[in-house]
Amino acid sequence: MLNRLKLEPSRILLNLAVIFIIALWTFPTAGLLISSLRDKNDIAASGWWTALSSADRKQVGRMKGSADQVEKDGKFVIFGNLFDGADATSGKVSAFGTKVQTPGANAAGSTVALDAGQSLTVGVDGSYVLTSPTKFTDERGGRVFFVSSQPPRFTLDNYQTVLFSEGIGRSFINSLTVTIPATIIPILIAAFAAYALAWMKLPFRGLLIAIIVGLLVVPLQMSLIPLLKLYNAAGYFMGVPSKTYLGIWLAHTGFGLPFAIYLLRSYIAGLPKDLIESAQIDGANDFKIFRRIVLPLCFPALASFAIFQFLWVWNDLLVAIVFLGSGPDQLVLTGKLNALLGSRGGNWEILTASAFVTIIVPLTVFFSLQRYFVRGLLAGSVKGG
Amino acid sequence: MAEQIIYAFFTVIIGVGGCFGYFYGSNWLLDRIFPANANNDSSAVRNLKMQSTIRPWLFLGPALLLLSVYLLFPVIETFWLSFHDRAGDKFVGLANYVWAFNDDQFRLSIFNNILWLAVVPALCTLMGLVIAVLTDRLWWGNLAKSLIFMPLAISFVGASVIWKFVYDYRGEGQDQIGIINAIVTYFGGSPQVWIALPFWNNFFLMAILVWIQTGFATVILAAALRGIPEDTLEAATIDGAGPFKIFFRIMVPQIYGTILVVWTTITVLVLKIFDIVLTMTNSQWDTSVLANLMFDWMFRGGGDFGRGAAIAIVIMVAVLPIMIWNIRQANKEQSGH
Amino acid sequence: MANIKLTNLNKSYGTVHILKDVNLDIKSGEFIVFVGPSGCGKSTLLRAISGLDQVSSGTLEIDDAVVNEVPPSKRGIAMVFQSYALYPHMSVFENIGFALENQGLSRADIKTKVEAVGEMLQLTSYLTRLPKALSGGQRQRVAIGRAIVRGAKVFLFDEPLSNLDAALRVQMRMEIAKLKRDLPKTTMVYVTHDQVEAMTMADRIVVLQAGKVMQVGTPMELYENPNSVFVAGFIGSPKMNFITGVPAEKLKAKTIGVRPEHFEFSDTKTDIAGTLDYTEILGSDSFLYVTTPTGMLTVRQPGRTEFKTGQKLNLKPIAQHVHRFGENEMRLAN
Repeated sequence: MLNRLKLEPSRILLNLAVIFIIALWTFPTAGLLISSLRDKNDIAASGWWTALSSADRKQVGRMKGSADQVEKDGKFVIFGNLFDGADATSGKVSAFGTKVQTPGANAAGSTVALDAGQSLTVGVDGSYVLTSPTKFTDERGGRVFFVSSQPPRFTLDNYQTVLFSEGIGRSFINSLTVTIPATIIPILIAAFAAYALAWMKLPFRGLLIAIIVGLLVVPLQMSLIPLLKLYNAAGYFMGVPSKTYLGIWLAHTGFGLPFAIYLLRSYIAGLPKDLIESAQIDGANDFKIFRRIVLPLCFPALASFAIFQFLWVWNDLLVAIVFLGSGPDQLVLTGKLNALLGSRGGNWEILTASAFVTIIVPLTVFFSLQRYFVRGLLAGSVKGG
Repeated sequence: MAEQIIYAFFTVIIGVGGCFGYFYGSNWLLDRIFPANANNDSSAVRNLKMQSTIRPWLFLGPALLLLSVYLLFPVIETFWLSFHDRAGDKFVGLANYVWAFNDDQFRLSIFNNILWLAVVPALCTLMGLVIAVLTDRLWWGNLAKSLIFMPLAISFVGASVIWKFVYDYRGEGQDQIGIINAIVTYFGGSPQVWIALPFWNNFFLMAILVWIQTGFATVILAAALRGIPEDTLEAATIDGAGPFKIFFRIMVPQIYGTILVVWTTITVLVLKIFDIVLTMTNSQWDTSVLANLMFDWMFRGGGDFGRGAAIAIVIMVAVLPIMIWNIRQANKEQSGH
Repeated sequence: MANIKLTNLNKSYGTVHILKDVNLDIKSGEFIVFVGPSGCGKSTLLRAISGLDQVSSGTLEIDDAVVNEVPPSKRGIAMVFQSYALYPHMSVFENIGFALENQGLSRADIKTKVEAVGEMLQLTSYLTRLPKALSGGQRQRVAIGRAIVRGAKVFLFDEPLSNLDAALRVQMRMEIAKLKRDLPKTTMVYVTHDQVEAMTMADRIVVLQAGKVMQVGTPMELYENPNSVFVAGFIGSPKMNFITGVPAEKLKAKTIGVRPEHFEFSDTKTDIAGTLDYTEILGSDSFLYVTTPTGMLTVRQPGRTEFKTGQKLNLKPIAQHVHRFGENEMRLAN
């Protein structure tokens, strides 16, 4: 790791280059996170990258009506503050106007002449003075369009909305119900099979390994139709619904097995032969060898596959769409998000918060167990450490 | 909500417990039926032999059953379907394949797939190599790598929300909230609906996969770089080689095998690419790829299993040789150490 | 109490013939060492006895019962592996007790037995440790402890000392020798490629080459009466010198073998004359490397040597220590 490529004097340049790449890579995710914490109007009004600085915001305020006028020096005057009753109730006014197209026509503090000899002055703090030579008659005051600079504002409202009223919370539990067994079951089944393929005497061992590894190539989409038919037939035959949690656990298990067996077999086969033989001489049968010797020793490989499978199942959309129903008791997070993408395509506050809820679990798993994940990746393609 | 949680909890317990139960139960039964701990030597020996003949199949049974049902059976079924008509009743020979190669949509999908194949693996590997080399020298290199790696943990749906937001389009004159259009308008350009620009939109979708997969390439290649013996680099330095010469003549040849493995792994992934296109454009605006075309023919309006199956077989045939090569290569690397 | 009898044992993997008609009688309580160069089949032979490998043909008897088909755990054997094969995730106690656990012994019995063995091998204070927290010698003792605790009739050792450094190896050699004294009824079969281990520990040595038993005998028998060029060359260090040509023909042999310590120096010219090339002085002995027309010869002299490099030397083998070998590299009768 130390200066292996002696590329001086580019130390600073190098750091900058890496920082630039990192920025490029994290920018999209950062946008999602920051947006999900913004007020829903802000999201639609300005880019998320402006959220940290004060943002200019176009607002509309309505002035008071004739009831509030006072007579002063022979003129009629209405005092008030534009922020009263506006969306954002504080801030600094930078400009104002009386037409919706030109909210920035006049700088704050200036006085504008309006029709019929009226004049309007708006201060930076939003206070306005409307003066007229004649008595105001309109009960409703006129509208003033203004640009105000807003301090950054963050809120958890979006999360509250998606978790409790958009059904994301429920889907979260459904996702866990799918993911936990769909991670543990294949580990167990694959580990036993991997041990058998690595160490037990059995006929056609080489052929079995070749077939199992060969199944790695099957595109998932290919198996959906035949399986759907099979599920419907089985469901009809046994008088149970065809879309069940058991069904999706088994499906994920089946799809995950080739990789699991491939990964675990190469790890288990790499355990010292002496250990296994020593246990055989010690009188342990294969079940005991597996339980007491192999399982504890291949923990790193199990952990790395577990992470893979967990991420894969949690992030899966297709299998869930096909094998689970779309009712609230079965719809998983990715499915929910996909549905929202269709029905709430423009509601970025809901999409961003929902998306973040779906990625928070995998990100947590990933960052806390990264070591095993990387090891698994390496074992999967090159020699592992 | 509480009810839901309790229900979920019990479902999980039953599912996982059943699996444990099978392995413990079947092995316990085997030990019971053929007891081997009895001191009567000849029968114990016989029973042990019986045990060791049966036990592998207890271990392998569930895996073989699931693999047969979930992968082997569908492959055979698909193969069979690909030679039959839309409902799978009548044998039509190669008609589905003939149709496919004359179909505009299929050709477009093939073209797009080739485009993806040409760009994504190369870009991921190249970026991965560059990042691996750059971060190799930094004290915070591991942090940097895990940030690059992070998108790998994000679902394709999640990623497409993220990237739809990046590509978001607002009419001209409005404030752009998508970063790309914001940058374009900042430099005086006019905003575009990026994902609806035929041909070019492919590249905007590819960017997502590159974003996701570069981390994979980086981590694998970084590990390979670290495996290069330090003394070969030192020897090269002493021999007067500059940094670029060291990189191209000493480092790259030593990790050449790994580079190829990374390349082909991503190639296989690209051949099966599906989710990004589904969630970003739903195959609209000429972005269809083979897997999505197949999906459309099977599930969507198409409803022609024969044609869908033919496309599936085409994908599998394309993937197969690369996969075989890849596994061989990985095994070679593994046994080489 | 266990004798082992191998009759016409053969073992092949595919077309590779690893063991060829091995016949061997190992007496109860004997310490037998299999020795030979790597690839000679000595480990395969040991594994065949253990039951880890099946034999292709022939019979294998332990205590007069044919055990060809009996799995390892039922043969009454214990094995110490080259890598020790300690279970890395189990404590020393669990490592030693694992076999007992598999026999279905009660916890209390396991505890008593393991502690007794721990005491015997001075491991008492290490019983709760994991193998990785032990030194090389201690690991070796745990491996031996695992064998002892089961009360096996036969101990098999597969090059157990080859992972140790030289000093420790000497110490462990003595410990194994002591073990043999402590367990006089246990038959021990020991595999090594190191002829020093074979010479120092064995009751009898079995020399193997290319899957064949070349000679069986006590260490001194092999040293004094090797039956072939191969055995003669393998046993003894430095190696025996082999001389062909005129000196051999004079003794009516194709080749004669002379050990380095069995040369005398002559003032007059002899059949074996040469130039001193190089000297190694070890203190106790000196080794002289002499180039002669028949090749380089090694001569051992006690203590220091007076000879200088480049000096001409006339060598004369001591007659009663000359080994004569015939055309087929086998010993010729005297």
